[in-house]
Amino acid sequence: MSRRAEMDQIATRDRTKEAYQELVHRELPGLYSLARRLEREGAEDLVQEALLQGYRAFGSLKQQAAGGRWLKTILVNVFRDELRKRGRHVEEVAVGDLEDFSLYRTLIDEDPLPYSDSLHTDFLGAFDREDLREVLLRMPEIYRAPLVLRYMDGFSTKEIARLLDAPFGTILARLHRGRNLFERTMWAYAEENKLITMGDDDG
Amino acid sequence: MGKTTGAIPCSEAVRQLWDYLDHAIAPEDQERVERHLSFCRRCCGELEFAKEIRGFLASGSSDEVPPQVKDRLERFVEEL
Repeated sequence: MSRRAEMDQIATRDRTKEAYQELVHRELPGLYSLARRLEREGAEDLVQEALLQGYRAFGSLKQQAAGGRWLKTILVNVFRDELRKRGRHVEEVAVGDLEDFSLYRTLIDEDPLPYSDSLHTDFLGAFDREDLREVLLRMPEIYRAPLVLRYMDGFSTKEIARLLDAPFGTILARLHRGRNLFERTMWAYAEENKLITMGDDDG
Repeated sequence: MGKTTGAIPCSEAVRQLWDYLDHAIAPEDQERVERHLSFCRRCCGELEFAKEIRGFLASGSSDEVPPQVKDRLERFVEEL
């Protein structure tokens, strides 16, 4: 290789790296947040592995603007492979166990905020980001991951099925149960952590 | 007519609310839920709350990265 060609190659590599660093700098908060919702421990390792794989495949990224989504896809792949390696099996929750719960109705029946004019909104307002994360992490990952990807990161059900390597119908069912489980877990968490005041004292 | 236009009970409407918001159910089911919502105030409350929970989830999608984690990860990329 001529000296000129070698210099050109180095310059191209530097530009590529610079572009990748910019992308990482921009997308790190979203990436790290997603990792923290998928994993209780080891979010940083998950992101690091995704960044390494992303760098190796950076040449295949066609549009820089789609880089955030692209990196998240890589991160979910790493997460899925990790789960497989650990060989974790989580039992599906029987539909009948979940179907009868409605957080909306529970709030009306239990009336935990008797002086509130907007009970349901105030209930949600009692949860901060860490509470939300804790609620999600209490759910089995087969329900948590689709819920997070669909409603927090905006992936379509079809994309999630591809990412998690599961049939479309399975993801639909897990989303359905996951939503129900999420509401149930929110209620249990709020009670347990006294996020809400139960209206049982007559003062 | 008949089967596709049949009324559904609250339990069925509530069960399908998120799928209804996602347009993830068949058009005839979408229509049944819509019709149910047109006369059932309680299920309209359920619908509004389902929207609020979705908004609540979406609002928690990006946290700040602790500075030391950010430094470590950016340095990792720099050294690749």
